[in-house]
Amino acid sequence: MEVNKKEESMAVSGFLLKERVLRQGAEARVYRASFLGRSSVVKERFSKKYRHPVLDRRLSDRRTLQEVRCILRCRRAGIPTPAVYFVDYTSHCIFMEDIVDSVTVRDHIASTQRRSDPSSALEQLVPLAAKVGRVLAQMHQEDVVHGDLTTSNMLLRKSQDPAELGLVLIDFGLSSVSALPEDKGVDLYVLEKAFLSTHPNTERLFQELLNSYVASSKKSSPVIKKLDEVRLRGRKRSMVG
Amino acid sequence: MPVVIGFEGSANKIGIGILRDGEVLSNPRRTYITPPGQGFLPSETARHHRSVILCLLQEALDQAALGPADIDCVAYTKGPGMGAPLVTVALVARTVAQLWGVPLVGVNHCIGHIEMGRLITRAHNPTLLYVSGGNTQVISYSERRYRIFGETIDIAVGNCLDRFARVLKISNDPSPGYNIELMARRGTQYVELPYTVKGMDVSFSGILSFIEEAANKMLASSQCTAEDLCFSLQETLFSMLVEITERAMAHCGSKEVLIVGGVGCNLRLQEMMGVMCEERGAKLFATDERFCIDNGAMIAQAGWEMFRSGQVTKLKDSWITQRYRTDEVEVTWRD
Ligand SMILES: Nc1ncnc2c1ncn2[C@@H]1O[C@H](COP(=O)(O)OP(=O)(O)O)[C@@H](O)[C@H]1O
Ligand SMILES: [Mg+2]
Repeated sequence: MEVNKKEESMAVSGFLLKERVLRQGAEARVYRASFLGRSSVVKERFSKKYRHPVLDRRLSDRRTLQEVRCILRCRRAGIPTPAVYFVDYTSHCIFMEDIVDSVTVRDHIASTQRRSDPSSALEQLVPLAAKVGRVLAQMHQEDVVHGDLTTSNMLLRKSQDPAELGLVLIDFGLSSVSALPEDKGVDLYVLEKAFLSTHPNTERLFQELLNSYVASSKKSSPVIKKLDEVRLRGRKRSMVG
Repeated sequence: MPVVIGFEGSANKIGIGILRDGEVLSNPRRTYITPPGQGFLPSETARHHRSVILCLLQEALDQAALGPADIDCVAYTKGPGMGAPLVTVALVARTVAQLWGVPLVGVNHCIGHIEMGRLITRAHNPTLLYVSGGNTQVISYSERRYRIFGETIDIAVGNCLDRFARVLKISNDPSPGYNIELMARRGTQYVELPYTVKGMDVSFSGILSFIEEAANKMLASSQCTAEDLCFSLQETLFSMLVEITERAMAHCGSKEVLIVGGVGCNLRLQEMMGVMCEERGAKLFATDERFCIDNGAMIAQAGWEMFRSGQVTKLKDSWITQRYRTDEVEVTWRD
């Protein structure tokens, strides 16, 4: 059994060797490959040599499992995430739907800001911010806490009717299932910091995102309260030394 | 060719450094060392700083072979840090600036670390990991600010190490972190500890309370040695730091890392960061204890950049502040 597993996973990595690395993300390598005729991407959590092998194993195991679990949970609720085709838990590889013709929300915001003057760029981005707020509210409604919300972990399909924003959430490796407002508040706090530091002078845009989050969710008020608390903790933290 | 003198004393180190256009002329420092098991308190630390600051000033001038007439600008730490020690050092800086008739510049301590690191390593536009007793931040520069991409949501990594050292009564001489580093080299068994990364943020309080709880029990029952605990703690904390740094690099598309702050001189942290950089084709920059650990030259260097770009602090604005975020400062000296 152990031997079979090993052979299978060696087959997977052997297969990946021939494929093209699309991106080296925050913790994984993403390849473009075909899976049973469907265009797909393979996300491989390769072993990180800087950390202790026991810790490395533990993290990759847990993250691969959580990513698949929470993607499925979101898809069941109609929240747009890539379809999962195949998982190899031994080599920590997830084969999933390739969101073709997409850009990260990060790149989309940056290119909009490059193309237009600041105020008109913000104007153009408001519908997207509102859409992100809506989708996150829906995700939290399902008790999925993403754990790594950044604009790099949201894709936008390009070839669609501009009014119909095709937003897709990805990268659920740090996700968990939790009903606690504290966890959801921290989720938004992490996004807020990543958002504002990546995209300078977009405070108004992030406010639109939050407004839309609140408007789309029945359970938002304890979450926003926790968000305020976590923000305050950040500002009050002692910084001695 | 302005000559800038920098005064630092925001925590238990006090340092005075003199720089002329990027050249360190002198940089003496003293550390307030407490007995094992004890941390440093604000009023006692301030008393220590008061008792050595004038000698240290003389030493800085003598080593640089300069007199007051050669100094063009006085820089001091405005914050963040402990109130009482900050006040003590600011008072002396303010006094000499008036005696010598030169302008005063109040410097953000974190910006001091960053600018010193950039000066020493010549790193161009790195992702910064700032790790010390009071701070844990992942920073990247854009549009005139050092922007914080990730940070601790509770205690700083250095604080976690220091408090663990107190549990095991590890010596504070020369620093608890250094003694943990030495002990960790002799550890062999990896004890699993909590690991909490949220996006580009980290949390250390869970690890600390876990290990505080478990340490003495595990040692008493000989399940592991103190060295094993030091080893496991370092491996866990530093893995988290390397991970959030890598996350920020991927997100910002960066190919350089610079580690600054007191924990940054830990060679195991540098080694792990180096391996991560190699795996993504990036380059690591770090400095040794002379410049990683709080010192006066770093305040002089940031002060020099500010002074050069036209920033001075009026006497009436020369107060100190215990909380002062890295991203509050407008970086007028970079494009
Ligand atoms: N299903 C997908 N379709 C298209 N591109 C993808 C897909 N999944 C990931 N990517 C691309 O790869 C990058 C890294 O993937 P991600 O899942 O975020 O991994 P990491 O955890 O390493 O950040 C993403 O930012 C995106 O550009
Ligand atoms: Mg990602």
